[in-house]
Amino acid sequence: MGQLMRHKENIARIIFSSAAISSAVLTLSVLGFMILLSLPIMKTGMLWKILTDPWAPDHGKFGIPAMIVGTFYIASFSLLISFPISLGCSFFIQIIRPDSPGRFLKKLVQLMTAIPTVIYGFIGIFLLVPIVREMFSYGSGMSILSASLMLGILISPTMVLFFCQSFARVPKRFLNAVDALGGTSFQKLFYVILPHAWPGVLTGLVLAFGRAMGDTMIALMISGNSVILPSSILDSARTLTAHIAMIIAADFDSIEFKTIFICGGVLYMMTSCGILLARVSDRKQH
Amino acid sequence: MKIHFSLGKWVIFIATIILTAGISSASDLDAFKGEKGILRISGGTAHIPVMKEAAKRIMAFNSDIQITIAGGGSGAGIKQVGEGLVNIGNSGRKATETEIAKYGLSIYKWAIDGVAAVVNPQNTVKKLSVKELQDIYAGNITNWKALGGDDRSVNIYTRDKSSGTREVFWKKALGKGDISGKANFVASNGAMKSAVTNDPYALGYVSVGYIDNTVAPVTLDNVTPSLATVKTGDYKVARGLFSNTKGEACGLAKKFIEYLLSPEGQKIVGEKGFIPVK
Repeated sequence: MGQLMRHKENIARIIFSSAAISSAVLTLSVLGFMILLSLPIMKTGMLWKILTDPWAPDHGKFGIPAMIVGTFYIASFSLLISFPISLGCSFFIQIIRPDSPGRFLKKLVQLMTAIPTVIYGFIGIFLLVPIVREMFSYGSGMSILSASLMLGILISPTMVLFFCQSFARVPKRFLNAVDALGGTSFQKLFYVILPHAWPGVLTGLVLAFGRAMGDTMIALMISGNSVILPSSILDSARTLTAHIAMIIAADFDSIEFKTIFICGGVLYMMTSCGILLARVSDRKQH
Repeated sequence: MKIHFSLGKWVIFIATIILTAGISSASDLDAFKGEKGILRISGGTAHIPVMKEAAKRIMAFNSDIQITIAGGGSGAGIKQVGEGLVNIGNSGRKATETEIAKYGLSIYKWAIDGVAAVVNPQNTVKKLSVKELQDIYAGNITNWKALGGDDRSVNIYTRDKSSGTREVFWKKALGKGDISGKANFVASNGAMKSAVTNDPYALGYVSVGYIDNTVAPVTLDNVTPSLATVKTGDYKVARGLFSNTKGEACGLAKKFIEYLLSPEGQKIVGEKGFIPVK
């Protein structure tokens, strides 16, 4: 009997570890694949040009700095917009009203994670873009601001759920102590919860940033996709993901097609750095 | 064995021929009788209205046939059909010599289409010279006021480089001139139309087949782009609409293309705002 159990245990171990290994190999092979495919471009010594030139295929220039900057701007602004809202939201769910209103809100947030991004894109085009255009009487409304606002909504569930998780790990007796001392909710948040839960908050932030950076549909639909360096948040801009989505239809042998692997590589590096940061900060709380 | 035809048999025989001929000329869909399978189509977005209508009629006629239609642009159409991902790849430009040689493409032209500059119907500027159009796209004219409109910036919309619509507009309307980096990019004819419909200060370009009352065509050098002016050749910014197959078209793909070129198919082409080739 004990023999059989051990066999079962071994089989389970083999199945699970092979699943883990294959997903790890897959992730790494994506990186390898990307490097392999960008080799032809690197060999021609164009890498530096691609990282510094403007994007003007008609003039033989295939630079992607405008897209890197665009990605960074849009992801950062969406984080800036979404962070305070998410923080407040999770504070409400976990601390202020953990009873039915909080539970209801949490269910709603969980539901939000299931909405496909193309839906946000549609809402963005038909509702948000005209509002932004008329409010500022500037440009087409397809801008960094519109895309960031929409992305902010997209990434807030990630943050809220993460924040809630780390707020829940704050020992109850600390919170009770604040109540006993007659502290306000504000004091509770800033002097007890945040100092205790900040690694979790940071993890949520970094993951949300990665999500914002990796999203394609919203940026493609409402950021306008222009190819010059944006000079204001009302300017249109193109993200790396949207750029890849647009260029992928180009001829396989064209240089612009080959440069999208560099874009992919850059994107991969940016998100990996983020995830690495998240890991480090997450470990701090445990 | 010897076959004797009596007069009565002859009458029946001839009557059958006439009858069946009558039926087959009644509908060009008959070719799809007894067919079965999936036909995948992708590529040029200007083609989609015609593709959808043709597919709808074929699938209503014979429910064993499934036809899927995707966009992606002319570049994607040529690439996907060349790689064998789809059966028919549409393009709004003729495939280049290298593309034809590389994939062994067969090309079928079934319509002629104009590409028109379009503005929002609310815009008071509905006439431009070619020079003005080129200046706007190059970023030299940036305000509608300079053209007699509102004091608002011109929001230029364009397509990515793999678009056949962009290709013909850039060559024949913009004279291969620069397109400002400030231009907004959209991914299909449909997206262009909804962008211009939603933006009162937009300037974009779409296939003439896409023009309806939600976008206003811009009269270019005193020629208003329309079915009629493209047909007479007065409006010069025009191109063919092509369907490409890898090698000779065969099976369902062949029948589909034959249907597009049949009287009924060509009628759909006309109804959707393009010019039939036959």
